[in-house]
Order: sequence, then C-alpha cells, then structure tokens
Amino acid sequence: MDERDIRGLLNDVTSGRLSRRAFVQTMVAVGLTAPMAAQMLASAGVAHAQPKAPAFTPTRRGGGGPLRVLWWQAPTLLNPHFATGTKDQDGSRIFYEPLAAFDPDGNVIPILAERTPSLENGDLARDGLSVTWRLKKGVTWHDGKPFTADDVVFNWEYAADPATATVSVGSYRDLDRVEKVDSHTVKVVFKKPTPFWYDAFCGNRGQLIPKHVFEPYKGAKSREAPANVKPVGTGGYRFVDFKPGDTLRAEINPNYHVPNRPFFDAVEMKGGGDAASAARAVLQTGEYDYAWNMQVEDEILRRLEQAGKGRVEIWSTGACEHIQVNFTDPWKEVDGERSSAKTTHPTLSDPAVRQALNLLVDRASVQEQIYGRQGQTTANYLNAPSRFRSPNTKWEFNVDKANQTLDQAGWKRGADGIRAKDGKRLKFVYQTSINAPRQKTQAIVKQACAKAGIDIEIKSVVASVYFSSDPANPDTYSHFYTDLQMYTNGPGAPDAQLYMEQFTTWQVASKDNKWASRNITRYRNEECDRLWKSATTEMDPVKRAAMFIRINDILIQNVVVIPVLWRSGVGAATAKLRGMDLTGWDSTLWHLPYWHKA
Amino acid sequence: MYRYFIRRILIAIPVIFGISIVLFTILALAPGDPFEELATNPNVPPEVRANLRAQFGLDDPLPVRYVQWLASMIRGNWGFSFVSRVDVDTLILQRLPTTIIVLGAALLLGVAVALPIGTLSALRPYSIFDQIATTFAFIGFSLPTFFTGLVFILLFSIYLDWLPFIYRADIDATGWRWWWEHLRQSIMPVAVLGLFQGATLTRFVRSAVLDVARLDFVNTARAKGLSEWITVVKHVIRNALIPVVTLLALQVPTIFGGAIITEQIFRVPGIGSLLISSILANDTPVIMAITFVFSCLVVLSNLIADLLYGWLDPRISYR
Repeated sequence: MDERDIRGLLNDVTSGRLSRRAFVQTMVAVGLTAPMAAQMLASAGVAHAQPKAPAFTPTRRGGGGPLRVLWWQAPTLLNPHFATGTKDQDGSRIFYEPLAAFDPDGNVIPILAERTPSLENGDLARDGLSVTWRLKKGVTWHDGKPFTADDVVFNWEYAADPATATVSVGSYRDLDRVEKVDSHTVKVVFKKPTPFWYDAFCGNRGQLIPKHVFEPYKGAKSREAPANVKPVGTGGYRFVDFKPGDTLRAEINPNYHVPNRPFFDAVEMKGGGDAASAARAVLQTGEYDYAWNMQVEDEILRRLEQAGKGRVEIWSTGACEHIQVNFTDPWKEVDGERSSAKTTHPTLSDPAVRQALNLLVDRASVQEQIYGRQGQTTANYLNAPSRFRSPNTKWEFNVDKANQTLDQAGWKRGADGIRAKDGKRLKFVYQTSINAPRQKTQAIVKQACAKAGIDIEIKSVVASVYFSSDPANPDTYSHFYTDLQMYTNGPGAPDAQLYMEQFTTWQVASKDNKWASRNITRYRNEECDRLWKSATTEMDPVKRAAMFIRINDILIQNVVVIPVLWRSGVGAATAKLRGMDLTGWDSTLWHLPYWHKA
Repeated sequence: MYRYFIRRILIAIPVIFGISIVLFTILALAPGDPFEELATNPNVPPEVRANLRAQFGLDDPLPVRYVQWLASMIRGNWGFSFVSRVDVDTLILQRLPTTIIVLGAALLLGVAVALPIGTLSALRPYSIFDQIATTFAFIGFSLPTFFTGLVFILLFSIYLDWLPFIYRADIDATGWRWWWEHLRQSIMPVAVLGLFQGATLTRFVRSAVLDVARLDFVNTARAKGLSEWITVVKHVIRNALIPVVTLLALQVPTIFGGAIITEQIFRVPGIGSLLISSILANDTPVIMAITFVFSCLVVLSNLIADLLYGWLDPRISYR
C-alpha cells in the first residue's frame, strides 16, 4: 500500500463509502497505530469522531459501592514516571491523569486539556515545531491545590532530568522547551518538526504529577519522595492505602472535575497469584469485578464464562508475536562477540531459506489451537482488506512450496533427511522465553520444518533472564546468539516511529553498545534507513504512514521477521460492568471515572 | 551456662558472615536483572536501563557490592527494593502481621490437632482409633499443600461457594463483620497449612508418648492410685513434650519465611509471597534481606532450642 492508496482510502472515508473504524483497522493491519490513523483522518479534514455519548449518564456522584479489580502482577510503585511495566502505569492511573488519552480508535481525547490541539483550532503549528495545550480550568489536586500550567512545565523538567532517572525520559528529553503562556496555557516547543506531537503529556507516559509535592525530590533524590507510594493526583479516586505488590485502595474524589463522576465509591486493586485463578475469581465466583491481562488458554476462559457471571473482554492492540531471523552468524565469535555485525549467517543469508521458513509457519493452527480469541492470524498484519492485497505481502502455510523453493535453490536432502548445500546443513536453534503458548508454537513450527528437511532445535529461556539487560549473559534476547527467536513486541506507544527504528543500521545491537541497541536481527538496508529518517520529520501524516508501510513491506518481503500472530488485549469483567472502553493504545484504566455497573 | 551461651554467640557470628557471603554470591551470579519489562518496550531508551543499572550499583564488581551491602546492613540500613524503590524493612514490616497471624494460627491448629490425637493413639497403640489416625496422618503429610489448597478452593469456593479464595489483608468493615470476614478468608489457608503440620506433629507426639508411657515412673504413678487422667496429663504428656517443644522451637523460623506456595495460591500477602515475587523480579536487596533474616533466625532458634533443652531436662549440662 503506498501513499496513493491511502489517499484513496481517505477519500472513501470523506465521502462516506468507508467507515472511520474500518479505515483505522486497515492502518493498524499494516503495522501502524490507531492514533496515527486518527491523525491522517484529521489531516484529510475528517472531523475527529465525537466521543460516543456515554450510555449511562448518572445524576449524582458515587453510590456504586466498591469496585474490586485483580491485577495478578501487582503494582509495586505509584509514580508514573518510574513505572517499569503496565502494572505500575495502571496503578498510577487510578490517581493521575494526562492532558489527553487515547480511545480504542486512537483518537486523542482531552482529559486535563480543554480541547485536542489540531491544525483547525490553531493549537498545532503547521510547521510541526510547537503545540499549544489549553488546560481545563477548575481542576484541583487531591490535596486541594489548583492544577495549573506550572505543574505541566514541572513534569517536563522532572522527567527530562537524567539524574531523576525516569522511565518516561524518552518522551520528554527531546523537547526544546515547555513554556507557560498563562496560568492555563502551555506551549510545547520541539527542536525539529515533530509529527508525533501527541507523546509528551499524553497517555501513560503523560500522567501528570503535582509540582508542589514532587519539587523537593527532583533529580538524584527522586527515590526518596514519599509520594512515590502515596500519590496526590487529579483523578476520580484518591489515595487510601498501598502495600507494594499486594493491595492498593482508593476512595472517591468528591471534587473530581467531571460532574457526576465517578460511579464507584471506592476502588480496590488486589495483586498476586496467577492469571487462571484471577479469571476464576471474576468469571466463576464473582468475588472480583475485573481481572487484568488474562494470559490463559482460550478454552479455559470459555469454560469459565459458561458460569454466566462474567464475560471476557477482547480489544485490539499493536502487539505482534513474531519470529526474528538472525542475519549474522551466531556460532562464530569475532572480537569477543557472537552474532557480530561483521559476519553473515551461513545459511539464513540465502533468501530461499528464509522464504521457505516463512512458508513453514502454520499461523492458522497457532491461532486456532493456542491463542483462540486472544489473537488474530497475520491476516491483519500483511493481508490488508482484499482490495489492497499485494502479491508480495501474502502469507500462506505450504510445505510443498517450501520444499520446492529449497529444491530449486539447491538444498539437497542428506541421508538423515536434513537438507544441505556445500556442506552447510539447515539446522537452526530457535529460542524464546518460557511460556506455555510459546513452547506450543515452537513445536508447531518444528514439526512443519521437519517435513521440509529443516532441523529445528528448540531452546527456551526463563523470561526474567531472556528479557534482562545483563550484558554478561549470552541468553538474552538482545544478544540473539541463536538462529531464530520469538517474542512479542509492539509499538506500545501511539506512534510507530520508535518501533520501526528497530530495523535501522545505527541500532544494530553489539558488544560496543552492550547489546542495548534495538536492531536485534542485525538486518541492514539502506532504503529502510533513508525512509525512517525522512519519516521522523515528515509532517504530512499520509506520506509518513506510507513510509512506515514501505519499511514494513521490505521487512516482510525479505523475511526479516515472520509475524505469527497479532495479539489482542484480554480481560475478564463481571456481567454488569460497563463503560470500560478498553483500548490498546493507553492504560486499561484510562476511562476509570466512567466505569459503572448496569 | 553463661560461658556456653557466649561461646555459642561468638561461633554464630562467623557462621552468619559465611551465610551472607554465600547468599550474596549466589544472587549476584544468578542471571537476570529487574528491568525485564523495560527491555521489550521500544519507547524506553536503552540508556534508561543502563542508567538504572549504574544507579543501583549492578555494574560494580562483586566484592565492592558485597562490602557496600555489608557496611549499610551493619549500620541498620537494609537498602531499598529495586522494583518498588521502597526501603526493604518497610516492605517486610508491612507483610509481617499477616504472616504471623496466618502461620501462627496454622501452627496452633496443628498443635491442637496433633496433641490429643497423638496422645490417644499412643495410649491405645494398634487400636482402631490408632490405625485410623495413623492412616490420616500419613495421607496428611504425603499430600503437598499446593494440592490440598487447590482441592479446598475447588470444593469450598467453586462448588459450594461458601468461602472466598482470595485473601484480602485490608477489609473495609468494622466490628463483628471485620472479624467474620477475616475468619472466613483465613479458614482455607490456615486449614491447609495447619493440617499439614498437624499430620507431621501427630507422628512425633505419638512416638514420644509411646516412649514415656512405658517407663517405670508412670507405673508408679498408677500404683499410687492416681486417676488415669492425672497420670496421663501430669506425668506422661509433660515428659513426652520435651522433644516436641524443641521441634516446635525449630519451626519458628519457618513462620517468618512464610509458606510460599500456600501464600501464592490464596494470595496471602505474607513474607513468602514477597520472597517469591522478588525472586521472579530479580529484586536482589529484598531477596537478600529475607533470606538473611531467615538464616539468622535458624541459627538463633537452634541456640534457643539447645538452651531450652537444658532447662527442660536438667541432666543435660553445658561445657
């Protein structure tokens, strides 16, 4: 799909032939994010979707009793700038709010801002060098102090300071400055044209902390702030009690800035245990109202749902389970490292071998037998809706074709049935983290490969080691000391720019950068580099999207990665719970003040 | 006696030192770090992880890290958790009350079950009662707690829907309801642990009582015309309890260590579950603190058990 195709699609939306939602889904399907698609619609003059009128308009605040939620990984700290995972971001989100959040279709929904900046209302500069945020008036922190522009400026200073060691630093350090225009207007100035302006102060990393509470703890003293575990925010619920790794309790905020919200009188977030029993507590016994991240086999969830007490919630995200192909030689040591960029892989460097592998991943079986409703086959990654089907980005599972491809490329079966050419045998080590669905996927791939004369040795590493950043450990995913590996990642953020940087030359992981850089496959392609660089400053969202899609096509055509499954967000809710509006682009709890029971 | 006590304390110091070195080395050699989730998130710049590693001192050489840890530990500073950035002693103190309540109750239940059953089966050895008690005791300590825990949940929470299977340390109720809710949620974890311990203890009580009941002074007591009740309670049980008490003293550290599996199943926020989640998150300071305190307690309760022995049985002397 190129720029012209996207423009055609946008025309279809303007003339009403294609729904907004279908357009967004199409874009997500080719590797973009819903917020990027929403920006394209905005640029084409399609008005932002009016946020759906809530189905339930309460006449008074509270009265809903307690809301009990289960996060089987419990939050361990409540400062959004230190959140190491979604559990901490979600725990913080009960109390803190960003200027704007992202709904399931990627629209930028104002929360602490009065309106969403756009070209039409003049808040978004045409040159992409600045964006003006108008803050909602009359918002107070839980301790009664007013929320003003000073707080927003402070969050930038706090997060961008390297000494504070925030996790959100990536969203703030590249801002040129954040100016206070008046008490309720803030201007964010960028160093260069920035198409991804909805990063700082938006979504999970945009949760705002109060200046008057955190000012004494900026910089090296950041760890000592008592408010790291006793938040003072602006959200619909305020802090009662927190035991890291166990329980988090909150009560209704009587001064919340949205009238007649929230609905529940208290929120209790309980942690610990495992996903399967969390599902039971919601779907079968009804002890809890909502359970997070149901990494449980779909068949079990279906059985639990039959109790009739609750339902499984599924929503689309940007996360993709994929197999990475190593372009360097993981078995030869050069200058003290294996998988060195100075080497090339002896067998996987042959495009025919990679094509064959691509044909041997039975995505349909993985989806049907392992993930069920929790994932969609890569139809959504490569097979955009039929009218855009490109002959180059189709996937299929075809052992015969894989055999033909290998035969034609001269890989002959040996006495043991394993193919070889010039004395090099098709024998690969395929690693992933220890996780039951992943081991089952490995088995499915191994079986198919055996039929095509490729011998796969399976390796699985404990997740805490596999995903660690220890430069001394050869088993981490970033060392990639095997031929193939599989894990899930996704844009995570509402923009695909950082995600796509994983395939640029300057990001190649190596000993010199302690394997901290992010190009794990070590794939290098000048066109990708060039496209990525121009995309970082391209202000036309459509042209920019076309560039990312082109990178995506290059990766797929050259089999740099083999997408296995688009994974969905999965949660469990009691039958009566409504209004969650779960989104893949923001926290599960982004809409918490609107949650209610019917 | 005092010289013995002081000598034992002096021996304990190098032992604890050695334990701390071994623990620290093993933890430092174990692979992994606490930043797993940051790794796969493309929006977190790699420098963040490098910075955090440097800030938490993970890049320093092992001996330097050990000396730093030891120096601050001696000054009473237990360090802070890498994961929650909260001081380790605060984390442990938060978990202590629940641990003591649940495990203490389990131990009491165990003793309450074991003492009468063990005594009765010893007084009537190989009777029907003894056969049944022995059978149940064997079943009791052969079944692992994770299995009985799951069976209990299936039976009492899911089929009968009588008891909640998620333990909540903070219950938002007052008065009788608070007590009632706490009782209801404690029944299953306490029963699982208590019956397991009770089964083991029953066997100990039985054999101890069996030994004592045959001795001459028991016959003398009977010959004096004392009632059976007084003979058993005052003469048999009291003497039989000496080894059992020592055994219980040695079990005290396990209360602190928590019952990891049971706590995980019922989501009891005890020290055991803190330990397991810290291990999974590679949160070294917390693991180090819990295991270190645990080993100190083992050393200490061994000492107490030895002293207790001498106090209970004056024939034992210390040199």
